[in-house]
Amino acid sequence: MLSRVADSLYWMSRYLERAENTVRQLDVTLSLMLDISGTSAEVRWQRLMASLGRPPSMEWDGDLESMARKLIFDGTNRASVTYCVNGARENARQVREEISSEQWARLNRLFHQIHSPNAQAQFSNSINDALASVVDGIHLFKGVSDTTMIHGQGWQFIRLGRYLERAYATATLLEVYQPALFHPAEREHSGYQYLELVGLLRCCTSFEAYCQVYTADLAPDRILEFLLLNRDFPHAVRYTADGIRHAIESIQRTGGRRPPEELTSVVGRLHAMLGFTTIGEILAGDTGAFLHSIREQCMKIHELIYGHYVDYSIHSALAV
Amino acid sequence: MSSGRQVEQMEMDTLFGDYPLDRAFDEMREADGAVRPHYRALAETLARLPHDELQRRKQSADLSFLTQGITFTVYGRDEGTERIFPYDLLPRLITASEWDQIERGLTQRITALNLFLRDVYSDAKILSDRIIPRELVYSCKHYRRQMRGLTVPRNVYIAVVGSDLLRLNTGEFVVLEDNLRVPSGVSYMLTNRRVMKRTFPILFNSYGVRPIEHYPQVLLATLRSLAPEGRPEPNIVLLTPGVFNSAYFEHTYLARQMGIDLVEGRDLVTHDNIVYMRTTDGLKRVDVIYRRVDDDFSDPLIFRADSSLGCAGLFNAYRAGNVTVSNAFGTGLADDKALYAYVPRIIRYYLNEDPILNNVETYLLNDEKERRHVLANLDKLVVKAVGESGGYGMLIGPQSTVAQREEFARRIEANPRNYIAQPTLDFSRAPCLIGNHLEPRHVDLRPYVLFGDKVNIVPGGLTRVALEKGSLVVNSSQGGGSKDTWILE
Repeated sequence: MLSRVADSLYWMSRYLERAENTVRQLDVTLSLMLDISGTSAEVRWQRLMASLGRPPSMEWDGDLESMARKLIFDGTNRASVTYCVNGARENARQVREEISSEQWARLNRLFHQIHSPNAQAQFSNSINDALASVVDGIHLFKGVSDTTMIHGQGWQFIRLGRYLERAYATATLLEVYQPALFHPAEREHSGYQYLELVGLLRCCTSFEAYCQVYTADLAPDRILEFLLLNRDFPHAVRYTADGIRHAIESIQRTGGRRPPEELTSVVGRLHAMLGFTTIGEILAGDTGAFLHSIREQCMKIHELIYGHYVDYSIHSALAV
Repeated sequence: MSSGRQVEQMEMDTLFGDYPLDRAFDEMREADGAVRPHYRALAETLARLPHDELQRRKQSADLSFLTQGITFTVYGRDEGTERIFPYDLLPRLITASEWDQIERGLTQRITALNLFLRDVYSDAKILSDRIIPRELVYSCKHYRRQMRGLTVPRNVYIAVVGSDLLRLNTGEFVVLEDNLRVPSGVSYMLTNRRVMKRTFPILFNSYGVRPIEHYPQVLLATLRSLAPEGRPEPNIVLLTPGVFNSAYFEHTYLARQMGIDLVEGRDLVTHDNIVYMRTTDGLKRVDVIYRRVDDDFSDPLIFRADSSLGCAGLFNAYRAGNVTVSNAFGTGLADDKALYAYVPRIIRYYLNEDPILNNVETYLLNDEKERRHVLANLDKLVVKAVGESGGYGMLIGPQSTVAQREEFARRIEANPRNYIAQPTLDFSRAPCLIGNHLEPRHVDLRPYVLFGDKVNIVPGGLTRVALEKGSLVVNSSQGGGSKDTWILE
């Protein structure tokens, strides 16, 4: 497959995953603000921004609705959902011949939906409905991708983008939430603490899944264990690391070139790190550093993929 | 029986309302207003449909175009403005005998033009025999001296052609221009058909329309037949200028329908006169390039140095015979608007036959006498810049202002070789759905000709419509639309 095409599929997928993550976290933040707790809107907004990677030009201006509107609709801001959907569509448009007509139609519909004047009106009437319809659009796209596209290299690059983005986002989220999880503010009423924990789980659409595994008995160490180390839940970091490894192996199987040692070993290390560490060990050590190293490994994997499949030098390719 | 016919007549009257007929040929109706026999079934179907049903089908067709992203990009506005290609719901019908003449005429014309290109780029006999003035060829901006003495695979210079035909008020089809560089629009022909089959399934079935859906397959076979020697499993790619090109949708559409890679210049590299594309699996050799990039932008080492749309070294690989590029470079010479006037002579010279399809009468402005005539009659004529296409750089005399005419007169005096003039044509009109009734609009016809082992024309083409009332410009970049074209068995 053409390197440029692989690159576009990868980014199309990353942008959509990012859009979904942003919508979900915004949704959770807004609904937590309904309950009057000691935490101010500004503090929550700062936390949201930190878990979205501290995007520029998103400083708190005191008006929650206008901030939320900006985070959804301001296409000039790189953190906004609109910007991500635009990016995904632009990438898809450049590889129209690689993706199925159904995928394109789906993504196109999402694009026109978020840009239509109705979207703004819907947002004013019911923020939740507006956010839910965006997430629906993204879910439909993912479903159509899995059912209408050949599961070859292109599809694997889509998966690679999705899992890498998700691993990075979940690790960032946990890194931001982690200190407060174990040291709740003293005056915080236990009911509010409960809502905070539900909120964290809902950021990863994992509240119901968590209950199935641990019952509704919410405990910070279990939540951390679930979101980091669960093997079977698609938003757990360990599951996404498995996905990354699997995608790279499949890409390698369908192609003729072996990936460089370094890529294989970085991916293997991340996979082993999450597969063979217990939550006890993580909590006994420096939890923040552990989470931070996940993010760094994700970035390293991205760079190595890019250098090997997309932006390689012609001399190295001719030498083979 | 007679009362039945009266009812039918009433239905027709409501359908047509104040549908005007004048000197121009109407595709659907005779001069006395009667519906032409082959349009009868269509007219009856329309007359029976409730008005809002037509509107409903129109909206459903429009929506289908939008969600499929069947759009084109308009230049000269914000970069990347996307629009749906306007589409008229009523098909344009062409009878078997009319099509037979078009098919034979185009086959003859394209064969002759291909021989002409081969000759001009080798011995140039037609110039020594003084059939065509030498300076006309050598002053053409699409003449490529780099092509002199170069043999192209199977001697095919023009593998993909889209000639524009008009129908005059006599009912005769004439050729307005031959697009021999990178003709576009074929994807609209194919998508229009798909939408029409859904919109009027019963009518379509009852008409016995010849199929066009195999065009991508024929195109692929044509490209494969032009592969370099010794490459039995050629790697064929489509080279696009990229996502900002107005025909980008078409490039992706064709690549997908043919199952070949769509590449941009930045995907290609050359090494030792071989063209490769960059894949996730390393470099892969490219054998045939169906290019949708103009000569000028194809290779910065040979043509325009400031272009990054092509691939450096492509032309040398082509010279070395390691890659086929279709259409060949320099084919724009034969669709130069000034050389156009000589096409009938070209046909007689190479084939020793009379042209089956005629030209539109054309004045060459570097001829002193013709130029004086044209300058005196600018308000009646259409003036075109020879190197332009897409309806850009054009003066339509009867619809122009004094200032515009003066401006063109100045430009003609300054560079007469750069312009031609033609009479303003009363070309044919076909009924279109405007609002919720029928109105006639000017139409042309662009059939698509493929030339590999032999000349191959899928029975159909793009009927372009000047959707604005009274307008004569059918180009999509200037507010034109399209219709599905049904060639009847």
